[in-house]
Amino acid sequence: MSTHLGMPAFPARAAAESANAQLRHNLRKATHTIRDKRAAVVDELSDWAELRAAGAAIKDRTLLDLDTHLERLEAAFTAAGGHVHWAADADEANRIVTGLVQATGSDEVVKVKSMATQEIGLNEALEKAGIRAYETDLAELIVQLGHDEPSHILVPAIHRNRSEIREIFLREMADWGRPAPPDLTDEPRALAEAARLHLRERFLRTKVAVSGANFAVAETGTLVVLESEGNGRMCLTLPQTLISVVGIEKLVPTWRDLEVFLQLLPRSSTGERMNPYTSMWTGAAAGDGPRDVHLVLLDNGRTDTLADEVGRQALRCIRCSACMNVCPVYERAGGHAYGSVYPGPIGAILTPQLRGMSTPLDASLPYASSLCGACYEVCPVAIDIPEVLVHLRARAAAGPGHAAERLGMRAAGWVFNRPARLAAAQRAAGAFRGLISRRRLPGPGAAWTDTRDVPEVPAESFRSWWRRERS
Amino acid sequence: MSSRDIILRRIRVALGPDRAPTPLDHAAAAPAGDAAAPAGDAAPDRDPGADGRDSGVPVPRDYLRTHVSSGVPELLAEHLRDYRAIVHEAPMADVAAVVAGALRERGVRRLVVPHGLPDAWLAGIVVGSAASASASGSASASASGSVPGSATSDSAVGSASSGAPAVERLTDDPSLTPAELDAADGVITGCAVAIAETGTIVLDAGPGQGRRALTLVPDYHLCVVLPDQIVASVPEAVSRLRPDRPLTWVSGPSATSDIELDRVEGVHGPRTLEVVLVH
Repeated sequence: MSTHLGMPAFPARAAAESANAQLRHNLRKATHTIRDKRAAVVDELSDWAELRAAGAAIKDRTLLDLDTHLERLEAAFTAAGGHVHWAADADEANRIVTGLVQATGSDEVVKVKSMATQEIGLNEALEKAGIRAYETDLAELIVQLGHDEPSHILVPAIHRNRSEIREIFLREMADWGRPAPPDLTDEPRALAEAARLHLRERFLRTKVAVSGANFAVAETGTLVVLESEGNGRMCLTLPQTLISVVGIEKLVPTWRDLEVFLQLLPRSSTGERMNPYTSMWTGAAAGDGPRDVHLVLLDNGRTDTLADEVGRQALRCIRCSACMNVCPVYERAGGHAYGSVYPGPIGAILTPQLRGMSTPLDASLPYASSLCGACYEVCPVAIDIPEVLVHLRARAAAGPGHAAERLGMRAAGWVFNRPARLAAAQRAAGAFRGLISRRRLPGPGAAWTDTRDVPEVPAESFRSWWRRERS
Repeated sequence: MSSRDIILRRIRVALGPDRAPTPLDHAAAAPAGDAAAPAGDAAPDRDPGADGRDSGVPVPRDYLRTHVSSGVPELLAEHLRDYRAIVHEAPMADVAAVVAGALRERGVRRLVVPHGLPDAWLAGIVVGSAASASASGSASASASGSVPGSATSDSAVGSASSGAPAVERLTDDPSLTPAELDAADGVITGCAVAIAETGTIVLDAGPGQGRRALTLVPDYHLCVVLPDQIVASVPEAVSRLRPDRPLTWVSGPSATSDIELDRVEGVHGPRTLEVVLVH
């Protein structure tokens, strides 16, 4: 993810992405379909508000005693026969995983879809070490074969339509393993079958798997992965070595806490009562699944996020993607505009906190929102995303590059503070309104009108009209 | 300083020296729902951590323990069907016949049978070797309509003489290789728990279930659910399950919606899930 350094800011990326009619069509269909399904299954539970409050509280309880819970998790996972590693940043996590894979003598791994490993750029790091990482989630496979970036947390290839996917499979599968059948059609069923056959032999053969985890239970040392296709079960069950890279915020304190999240997450994410498969494992089970089980605990900016008392609520996120599916900005701009593996409203508050706001892209992300608040409404752990957005905007505005804006705001304050000054300014604006372009303000004001129209200036103010007509 | 120490120190610095809890802005406590069955303990959960330290954030547990109070088995059947599982409901005495009928309908010749599966469930099938299975395979179509009436070995022999196909039992002792599992036509198991509200079957690698790969690699999974294994809700299931066992929660056949959101059943896991609900 170091590629973001040279990326343009969100407005430029969004302008380019939103010109893609196919992308906008796909995104609109996807987000509206999933949001409707979510609403239907959330309505089934009369205690959704209580579950949401419990989910938020459990995560806060975790975060506000995170060191204690991490130590408990380490002890329990180790006692169950697993090995725990700690990674302060992406490079360290990549080094640890690379070393663990090399120690097995294998030069290939199968992967379960994992946001954390995307965040740290693990596939690229493994490739540099001569290890090939095979994505096994269908959408991630499409993204990987297409030399592409994911655009949605839940449906990463939603920017591709069926005929594009068919072309990618026909062109690329042979380079990676079993080729696609030459008579492949663009029917989703046929495409899924091609992926099944392409990956099947690899699942049965590969000795090392890499996963993330949706939850890690501190009390018991249990890791939990939710999925739909069965590729996760393949990776978690068949190989001899399993390496799970897990952000330190993924913890929940107790086994019982899963009763809350296994209700919140599937309904918020895919809009199902339950996803097809959920796997839970505690260390290495005798005679069942991998013998060599590793857990890499990843910081990579999470402790910086934890230090911000307003912003730390972003660490409650359980990566359901409900906020994306209701966001009017995401629906139009698409996931790639956010320049991060975490797109949409949650990405707009998580990315700048994990990476800092030193690049134009990261400093622009808190502005990638209309503050409508739909994301907060649907968030299953009640992250007040608009609150954090505004908070991060204040941090961005306090940084360099906003001198003209601060000057302008001070001038506006001077004018608005006295009624007489405001009246004089309004008279002046009315008199010179013919000279003001509707498209672009002159001088430093141009930065403001880059993304906005200038409002029409009336001939006279309401106060002045009232005095003339009614007094 | 190790990375472990660095991360733990960063957390302690981030949270401040006095560990004063900073209550975040939770969703406002909602009015109580129509409580069909109130949670067992509605009081906020304040158990301290193992070392006695706790952040002090209370966890309100006033969500419902279950959302339904009656008709639980019926709801399980409905929700299993919602997610495209094939569901049979049968009394205990008919399990063997229903199992035999399902296997015949599916054309299963090579069946993975985990250790500890009740023999009675398989009493309706003809157990044979792989060779005899393939030899009698072509004569099976005419027999598919007749389900053996009673679950005895006599009736199994009887159906054999009437042309029913023999089924080879693949036991996992010694462990079947992934390739052997891949060559099997299906697997039959029991389960640990079944959840009505979500249409979920939970396997815990106990007797009659086997290790996780057995229910993953074959393309067909037939699962027998006993009445006392059915619970209404996720909280009831979590409290019954043991975290020290490898758990697999199954809700319908494997599925993907990754291509234009069209749902396709069956990617890497079994493409068909068939459930016998015993009542």
